[in-house]
Amino acid sequence: MIQAPLLALSQSSDFVIACYILAFSLFILGIRQGTHPRTARRGNLIAAAGMVIAVAITLSLDVIGNGALILIGILLGTAVGVIASYRVQMTAMPQMVALYNGVGGGAAALIAWSEFLHETDAGHGIPLDIFIPILFSTVIGSVSFWGSNIAFGKLQEILPSRPILLPFQHIFNGLLLAAILAGCIVLGIDNDSPSEGLYIAVLIGAAVLGNLFVLPIGGADMPVVISLLNAFTGLAAAAAGFALDNVVLIVAGTLVGSSGTILTLEMSRAMNRSIANLLFSGFGAVSAAAGEREERPVTSIGPEDAAIKLGYADSVVFVPGYGMAVAQAQHAVKELADELQKRGVDVNFAIHPVAGRMPGHMNVLLAEADVPYEQLREMEEINPEMPRTDVAVVIGANDVTNPAAKDDPDSPIAGMPIIEVDEAHQVIVIKRSLSPGFAGIDNDLFYHEKTSMLFSDAKAAAQDIAAEVQEL
Amino acid sequence: MDLIIEITIFVLAAFVGFEVISKVPTTLHTPLMSQTNAVHGIIMLGGLIVIGAADDVLLKVIGTIAIAFGTINIVGGFLVTDRMLGMFRGRDRKPKPEAETESVTPSEAGQ
Repeated sequence: MIQAPLLALSQSSDFVIACYILAFSLFILGIRQGTHPRTARRGNLIAAAGMVIAVAITLSLDVIGNGALILIGILLGTAVGVIASYRVQMTAMPQMVALYNGVGGGAAALIAWSEFLHETDAGHGIPLDIFIPILFSTVIGSVSFWGSNIAFGKLQEILPSRPILLPFQHIFNGLLLAAILAGCIVLGIDNDSPSEGLYIAVLIGAAVLGNLFVLPIGGADMPVVISLLNAFTGLAAAAAGFALDNVVLIVAGTLVGSSGTILTLEMSRAMNRSIANLLFSGFGAVSAAAGEREERPVTSIGPEDAAIKLGYADSVVFVPGYGMAVAQAQHAVKELADELQKRGVDVNFAIHPVAGRMPGHMNVLLAEADVPYEQLREMEEINPEMPRTDVAVVIGANDVTNPAAKDDPDSPIAGMPIIEVDEAHQVIVIKRSLSPGFAGIDNDLFYHEKTSMLFSDAKAAAQDIAAEVQEL
Repeated sequence: MDLIIEITIFVLAAFVGFEVISKVPTTLHTPLMSQTNAVHGIIMLGGLIVIGAADDVLLKVIGTIAIAFGTINIVGGFLVTDRMLGMFRGRDRKPKPEAETESVTPSEAGQ
């Protein structure tokens, strides 16, 4: 009987279960060690060791057949994974994570589909305690796969990163979600002989929903979306664990589900917006069109003046943003920081939680450029020091420094915590033009009397200033 | 396994996840996400289990793709996390002499 192998697994030996318990303990330990930079790398290896144990013991089960296909799948996956991981540039990390997340979600949906076919082929119905997790894994896995692919496309700029909002899209998405749920309920009621056609319709509906759900979300909100999709894939894996009676899938999937949820909540708190607002507002789509900007005078300076301001300062804080990533300027910025430190200037980097395109994006880039992590300061930590800071240098960041978030209750970003560069004695903003940031709103900081604008590419500017500092 | 036991495990794992993750500093959010991302590659086990019972072409194709996807998720996820974490360095070069003098002094005092 076809049903037999799966039953055999669920009754698998104590030894197998013990190995699974060891594996998920290593996952928990590994993630725990990930909370400090000194132990994080070892933590990652510990988690990877847990994964090797889990995969090896599963392969050794006597119910596992089709060895040649398994080998093909593993070799193919390993080749793609290794090549992609070594080729990817640090600035492209958000899209890489989105892609890995997507394939995980895709695997979950495919496994659920396979389970469905397997159960219905046997000619009897599917008990609800297996069918409900199968449907959950199908819908969430599929949404995660397609949503992650759209996120990848936006981050890679294959698709426009601006929010794409079709007319009535939210209503349509809502109806689609309701239809998917209705389909699942019909399948569940009819679990003695569920319709394969309806199941496929649910699978396709979830795929469409995954696409439509991420399309209206703009580039700067991607940190939230990626965290959320990460949580989705984790939950899809946990659901598959329920369907397959596999304890390590349940534990590992749930761990990722809850960690992804925490990160998502933290990100949305850092933007002072609710999850619903982030996901459904199509932020920037409306406000960019509104608001005519009046011409206001700005102070523009060159690299020489900037070098003098920085070279003779006691303390300098760099505030990096996505513009630094786009210009690949992290190494040039680090060189400038080194030149300043040689002169005895105290240098720090202020990192806004949502700067860049994924949580902690700036930290990874600056770590790549060899900036020690002690110099990477979190927003809450650095803001009290801002009034004592001589010069704040904003590099490719915009909305996260906009004082309107504090001062103007009508601003679209009102209430969002910002890096308070306007508290520093002087501000230098390195930017290519006066164009507004992602939120499409003007930044009062640029017109502030303390502020000097250096109109240039971030990388060129950092190199020019470093050269001038050497001349001082 | 009983459904109720599975639900118990699920709820406890959710709390463990919250506890473990809530202490992570912003600095490490990207590698952490990338690492948990690799952990959900565990879904690949599901592929191994379903392909074990696959007996027609469609099931075999779906199973093989699922295993390949899961493997990309695992291998790529852990490797890329390792690459990122390898770049995080403390201020180990310059303050090292200080740290050494500090550690030497007490032992000398002990002698």
